[in-house]
Amino acid sequence: MSKPGSAYPLEKTEQKTETHTMSVLVDNEPGVLARVIGLFAGRGYNIESLTVSETEHEAHLSRITMVTTGTPMVIEQIKSQLDRLVPIHKVIDLTVLGQSLERELAMVKVAGKGEKREEAARLAESFSALVIDDSPEHFVFEITGEQPRIEEFVVLMQPLGLVEVCRTGLAALARGPERM
Amino acid sequence: MSREMTGAQMVLQALADQGVDHIFGYPGGAVLPIYDELFQQDRLRHILVRHEQGALHAAEGYARSTGKVGVVLVTSGPGATNAVTGLTDALMDSIPLVCITGQVPTHLIGNDAFQECDTVGITRPCTKHNYLVRDVNDLAKILHEAFYVARSGRPGPVVVDIPKDVQFATGIYTGVSDSQHKSYRPATVGDDDAIAATIELMANAKRPIFYTGGGIINAGPVASERLRELVRMPGYPITSTLMGLGAYPASDKQWLGMLGMHGTYEANHAMHDCDVMICLGARFDDRITGRLDAFAPGSKKIHVDIDRSSINKNVHVDIPIVGDCAHVLDQMIAAWKAKNPKVDEAALKTWWGEIDHWRARKCLSYKQGDDVIMPQYALERLFALTRDKDVYITTEVGQHQMWAAQFLHFDEPNRWMTSGGLGTMGYGIPAAVGVQIAHPDSLVIDVAGEASVLMTMQEMSTAAQYDLPIKIFILNNQYMGMVRQWQELLHGSRYSHSYTEALPDFVKLAEAYQGVGIRVDKPSDLDDAIKEMIATPKPVIFDCRVDQNANCFPMIPSGEAHNNMLLGDDVAEEDIGNVVSETGKVMV
Repeated sequence: MSKPGSAYPLEKTEQKTETHTMSVLVDNEPGVLARVIGLFAGRGYNIESLTVSETEHEAHLSRITMVTTGTPMVIEQIKSQLDRLVPIHKVIDLTVLGQSLERELAMVKVAGKGEKREEAARLAESFSALVIDDSPEHFVFEITGEQPRIEEFVVLMQPLGLVEVCRTGLAALARGPERM
Repeated sequence: MSREMTGAQMVLQALADQGVDHIFGYPGGAVLPIYDELFQQDRLRHILVRHEQGALHAAEGYARSTGKVGVVLVTSGPGATNAVTGLTDALMDSIPLVCITGQVPTHLIGNDAFQECDTVGITRPCTKHNYLVRDVNDLAKILHEAFYVARSGRPGPVVVDIPKDVQFATGIYTGVSDSQHKSYRPATVGDDDAIAATIELMANAKRPIFYTGGGIINAGPVASERLRELVRMPGYPITSTLMGLGAYPASDKQWLGMLGMHGTYEANHAMHDCDVMICLGARFDDRITGRLDAFAPGSKKIHVDIDRSSINKNVHVDIPIVGDCAHVLDQMIAAWKAKNPKVDEAALKTWWGEIDHWRARKCLSYKQGDDVIMPQYALERLFALTRDKDVYITTEVGQHQMWAAQFLHFDEPNRWMTSGGLGTMGYGIPAAVGVQIAHPDSLVIDVAGEASVLMTMQEMSTAAQYDLPIKIFILNNQYMGMVRQWQELLHGSRYSHSYTEALPDFVKLAEAYQGVGIRVDKPSDLDDAIKEMIATPKPVIFDCRVDQNANCFPMIPSGEAHNNMLLGDDVAEEDIGNVVSETGKVMV
């Protein structure tokens, strides 16, 4: 019996996956985000985080920062597929460039009284989180930092009355004086 | 040259400025202003199809046989949704099209208005790019950009969706601009170091092969000329995908025939055993590679493609070159001449010896008796009786398409129009309409199956209206032949819904469409019937009754490597259900 693996291979070959952060410079025109997301959905790529905003108003350019996971071949495909979309100016892989600056902002709502509330405030201070809303029964913290630090903060808030979290997704820039 | 005019006038002006002579379309409420402008001019010729899908395939046939951008005009809603199959077909086969769709007025968009659909949303994944025009002052620029995007880089279909109020509105028209596109600038020239490395690999090859595809055709006739020059310099063998047939002359001694699932024994074995593979404008499609982990296992691979995303997608290659085939072939020829390497003549002689051994297997042989016409024989006779003519071939999809690729031989590019990537049944008749519009004096033949051909039969009416003497050459076995073949090989000969009962009388059907019908069922009558077909100055439906059980071989069964092909003469009838392994059966 022959092994499968031809016309339409049914078996997925297990390959190691990698997580990459990419910056994508696009024309800020209607539908551009749909093109990017549609590409990922249509070709079965993962989006772990996606941040988009107009960054150069006069040139109508937006910058998309995305975190994605895949085998090295899939990561290469994602870059090539993005690059051929007409309104995309440039795609860079910050993970390949290495040592890029990555930050995320989260708002964390915690409700509780007494000791738990005090513990939450104490932890927030040690994480340099800001209190942006509070009452005797709750806090909303604002925390900025690298993703693992935010993860850690959210985990610590869990037993202290965590209600909900909103995260911006990753913003990232390459180090040094150059433009992307 | 900026002037004030209405949006509808801008459409006509932009088409004129882009050098468009023919447009395929179907009117409707949301494009009436443009149709009104069409009525008041006679520069641009509009071809009225019978279904929007037909307009797209006709434009594809037109584009593929001329190298120009094909242009389509359809209305909103169902006009646009009917266009989707053709757009996807053009995307898969990299055919340059501009499809203008009408849209409901801007203030009604999103309102579920009559004949409204989200055209840009629906067509986003099946076009190279698309636009919704919201301001008449952007219209001219967008139309010119649409043509640029459609024909540049890897060609493809582009949709421009124009709301009816924008067609009526007055704005400033701007002509074609020379300025660079702000973001879309595909690479055309290959990297010189990679080309030097390619020449080095090529020169030292012992068992080389050229594997070429539709990218050569899309790069224009000059690329085909360059290909011939490059391939003849070292005298290496060459094969091609379905999409690339005609780029290299099939009558040449270095030609091995098509490769892939129904490719020749010699082409597939040479691919499997090669040590250097030079892939030019092909994309390692699953119908080509077969089992990926057994694909040309001992080879170094060079891949030239204009689309970076085609490289290293399915198969890892050693030397990737992003560029236009015409440019890169020029660079390769120059580099080869500059280096003037000595090829290993002894190794090459051995290699050709092996290839001749595979050729001697005569993988396309079949047995023609006196009673029933074999489909292969019908195509051999069609080829023999048309080879000295100025002929263009389109096809539908299925067994007849593969037999046409095997038995009709092309010496020139742009003569062969077939739906390769999407595999769209119903492609052939409308494509033939488009080809005949572009080449009114040529012989245009749609090699068809009786099942496919019924999907777009209504375009016979278009052929009648415009006096297009297209020939629809049906290999009629009353089965969806390729489905039947797979059911025989993979599903225990349980022919589930692949037999068509109550087929129309194709002779009467031809007459109903103001054409001529010819039926033939005896091998001895075939030649005269084909001659009659060729001599008929009207659309012809040729109902060629062929053997109902013929299978298309050779075939690489699913789950197998290139060197494990199934040939017609080693399949005994009683074993036919066992020739594909159990694991292979779940693959396709």
